[in-house]
Amino acid sequence: MYTDLAAALAIGLGAIGPGIGIGLLTAKGLEAIGRNPEAAGKIQTNMILGIAFAEAVAIYALVVALIIKFV
Amino acid sequence: MSAGPHVAINAETLFTVGGVHITNSLLTSLIVSASIILFALIVRLKLKPTSRPTGLQNFAEWIVESLYNLTYSVAGNVKKSRFFFPFVATFFIFIILNNWLGLMPGVATVGIKEEAPVEKVTKETKVEVKQVEEVKDETGTVEEIKVEHETPIEVKKEATVEETTESEPTTHETVTSVAASAGENSHETGHTKFVPLLRPGTSDINTTLALALISVFMVQFVGLRFAGLAYLTKFFNFSNPLMFFVGILEIISELAKIISFAFRLFGNIFAGEVLLAVISFLVPLLVPAPFYGMEIFVGFIQALVFAMLTLVFFNMAAQHHKH
Repeated sequence: MYTDLAAALAIGLGAIGPGIGIGLLTAKGLEAIGRNPEAAGKIQTNMILGIAFAEAVAIYALVVALIIKFV
Repeated sequence: MSAGPHVAINAETLFTVGGVHITNSLLTSLIVSASIILFALIVRLKLKPTSRPTGLQNFAEWIVESLYNLTYSVAGNVKKSRFFFPFVATFFIFIILNNWLGLMPGVATVGIKEEAPVEKVTKETKVEVKQVEEVKDETGTVEEIKVEHETPIEVKKEATVEETTESEPTTHETVTSVAASAGENSHETGHTKFVPLLRPGTSDINTTLALALISVFMVQFVGLRFAGLAYLTKFFNFSNPLMFFVGILEIISELAKIISFAFRLFGNIFAGEVLLAVISFLVPLLVPAPFYGMEIFVGFIQALVFAMLTLVFFNMAAQHHKH
């Protein structure tokens, strides 16, 4: 019974931080593109990189939740 | 009557060849590798030197040119780009094809049903047998709530055959009531397990761990090749105690990169597979369509991220000179 609760809490709480992080990243990235549209390519590349790093933390939480539920 | 969406973290073994287990994800990876090699050979044999390529050569040149431009935009000079390009391009093509193969019809859905002994319930069943023996004259079957809870998602476990060979009628009833409550029509030996024939290669932690190890070791190799032995001062810096500690942190950071690469790719693709399985199990018509679109996007992004992160780490390692 507690395994379901544990899995839900793991992914639920674990997605808060990356959600905020990705939001901040994208906000700053869009602002930078707005200030300097010529560098949009480089800014976009680095932004996607940063977003992948932040999302990886959410994926770790998801893997923990899946392991709790299915193993 | 299906017992629930089929989810398994471990890839299921299809057959063994001389002690090596061939799993379904390994089979898919081999199919992807074979098709990439075949494509490369066909393009090579049909190569014509022309400034207006058509057909397959055009397609191949488009792929190579886009990936080379990506490599060059990060690496900066031609010599480094020519060294980095094979690894970056191979990572990208291999990972994107493995990810997208998981979305083709038939993958992870077409499989074989294997007879498996009752899983995971060795101890519980023995306890239940004692309870059934005590109340033998009152109730025929005992509600095995605990066992029922385990069976909806069929997970591969170490299975033992002990309890199925007991000859008491109460055990037989116990086992069949378990099987009946799980919705299967098996009689004496327990549940049937569904083993899909194909499964996306990158949804297996072994594949992603292997890719991560190759990537991080190649980063060290690139660092040693382009920056010389000065690259080792990144990790073993004896100028002052603080830098020594920073060196140790760098070693830990390299290990964390291996874990991070492996789990990012595995988590994204495996979670996508679970998501599609659950959504298709709940509402099979129309609703899985936007999730399929998202999975196509995620597959592309994860391949791109893996390739680009490898490229960026290559670049950082190659630029490490004495301060």
